[in-house]
Amino acid sequence: MSSTWFRRSKKGILTTTEEKKETPDGLWHKCPQCKTTATVKELHDNLYICHKCNYHNRINAKEYFEILFDNNEYKLLFENIVPKDFLGFVDMKPYGARIEEAQKSTGLKDAMTVGHGKMNEKDFVVACMNFNFIGGSMGSVVGEKISRAIDYCIKNKLPLMVISKSGGARMMESAFSLMQMAKTAAKLTQLAKAQLPYISLMTDPTTGGVTASYAMLGDINIAEPNALICFAGPRVIKETIKKDLPAGFQRSEFLLEHGFLDFIADRKILKQKLTTVLEWYMIEPAGTH
Amino acid sequence: MQFLDFEKPLEDLYTQIHKLKEMSAKNKVDVSNSVRELDASIEKTRSQIYDNLTPWQRVQLSRHPDRPYTLYYIEKIFTNFTELYGDRQVKDDKAMVGGMALLNGEPVMVVGHQKGINTKMRQLRNFGMANPEGYRKALRLMKMAEKFNRPIITLIDTPGAFPGLEAEERGQAEAIARNLFEMVNMKVPVICVIIGEGASGGALGIGVGDRVAMMENTWYSVISPESCSSILWRSWNFKEKAAEQLKLTYKDMSSFGLVDDIIPEPVGGAHSDPEKTAETLKTYLTNAISALKMISPDDRITQRIEKLSKMGFYDETVTADNGTPAQIDAIT
Ligand SMILES: [Zn+2]
Repeated sequence: MSSTWFRRSKKGILTTTEEKKETPDGLWHKCPQCKTTATVKELHDNLYICHKCNYHNRINAKEYFEILFDNNEYKLLFENIVPKDFLGFVDMKPYGARIEEAQKSTGLKDAMTVGHGKMNEKDFVVACMNFNFIGGSMGSVVGEKISRAIDYCIKNKLPLMVISKSGGARMMESAFSLMQMAKTAAKLTQLAKAQLPYISLMTDPTTGGVTASYAMLGDINIAEPNALICFAGPRVIKETIKKDLPAGFQRSEFLLEHGFLDFIADRKILKQKLTTVLEWYMIEPAGTH
Repeated sequence: MQFLDFEKPLEDLYTQIHKLKEMSAKNKVDVSNSVRELDASIEKTRSQIYDNLTPWQRVQLSRHPDRPYTLYYIEKIFTNFTELYGDRQVKDDKAMVGGMALLNGEPVMVVGHQKGINTKMRQLRNFGMANPEGYRKALRLMKMAEKFNRPIITLIDTPGAFPGLEAEERGQAEAIARNLFEMVNMKVPVICVIIGEGASGGALGIGVGDRVAMMENTWYSVISPESCSSILWRSWNFKEKAAEQLKLTYKDMSSFGLVDDIIPEPVGGAHSDPEKTAETLKTYLTNAISALKMISPDDRITQRIEKLSKMGFYDETVTADNGTPAQIDAIT
């Protein structure tokens, strides 16, 4: 029954390299938090962190891969998995049109990009969500790419990290979107049985069904500073309890304090931290054969 | 009798009968022929309405105040039910119930969302919206069932996991995620039935199993039609349209392979004949358990994972870059 959902096509050969729009160094970026300005180049060189207030600007897979993979070298995986409007969902706009627009404006196929590269010379698979693609919402492609990344890691005995950044479920895929929660959890049981490490990195924002599935299921769950991490969003909770929410509620530091994160990693120390952690998992114990 | 808006023609007919009978009692006139005609027309009208229910009308039926809830089915279907309380960490969540029971004399574990049957109870049951404690209680009971090799039955009926401050503080997301992961791995048969509302992660949090069934007048979706309307249409006025677009009925869900089975309800909905509905559910559970017992625990888990892995729709283009490891130089 599911085979009807796969339509193979000979056309549409995809390239792995995205077109990169060069931005002139002279362009200024204003920090959304403290309003300090920096040139685009300064921002890039500072890993998109505000040099004044440490605000971690929202970045996508391409930027994370550049930060994490040695020499910015990596191979994109499963780029041939692309979204489709199976349900013919129409709200104020057809879902099909939303997909096309998002693909055009981002140069991405969907909200998940998987890369395999070396991090401090060790092989590492990173599945990273793109918030700029329909709010980083989780649809079938997101679930399928995580699923395949897990198969790939098991086959090649590699560690996996998922970087979450998502507005939650993709409503236009209805229950299919919901079932990606169960699907990814199911696949993660296989990764666990293979005794391969799974690191979940939550970035601003990680919400809804993403938080309530693979984001919270890491062998270690980590987050960038001050990221919104929640199941129900602050607006919904405020409406429900009709009270103001405490400062810092549902932010990384709050979750760490309540026991749901192993640690918070500043983007500048992320690569080193991950390298240390992965070494612990992947090193062959001495004297055991 | 409580009539829903689309049952107006039925309500009118019942009113007519009532008036006729009153008149007959007062004036001592024989109206039995007219009553018989009206009864026939009630049956006809009911069938007409119920044969053509819209998705939104099914949503309304799933929320009917007289609809049977988890504890009703437990009472009717099982014997020796012993309710077990608490998550052993924070408290007992009244929106999630569970306990040991016998099904046809065989030990099983039952857990389910519970809505309140009156105003006071609705508050106590938090309208069937569980906190993390509810999901953790459910998991605790399921783990015990696994330890003692007892099949697990979950009954789903929730407008969603509770979006509260404490729920977030105590890890609503983690609690649901943990349940998904653990339910995939349960060594015993797991059967999940949506008996009312199947809203999003709150439903799925006890909804991963070997067999997942929907009753006829229930819905299962990533979001309620109302919330979907407010987000995608930026107005509360498109709930009927959202209900259609979300494809949340048993027909859609089973045709997509997202649920395995359908459990029929009496014409007029589960509340029109709760006993009969309970009987149908009991038969379903009995058959499902005996079928699942024929499969080895390992195979059940494998099949669960395979079933879930197939859920999704996307195009797969054939390219030179299909991610086969052989093409990667990095691997040594
Ligand atoms: Zn700043």
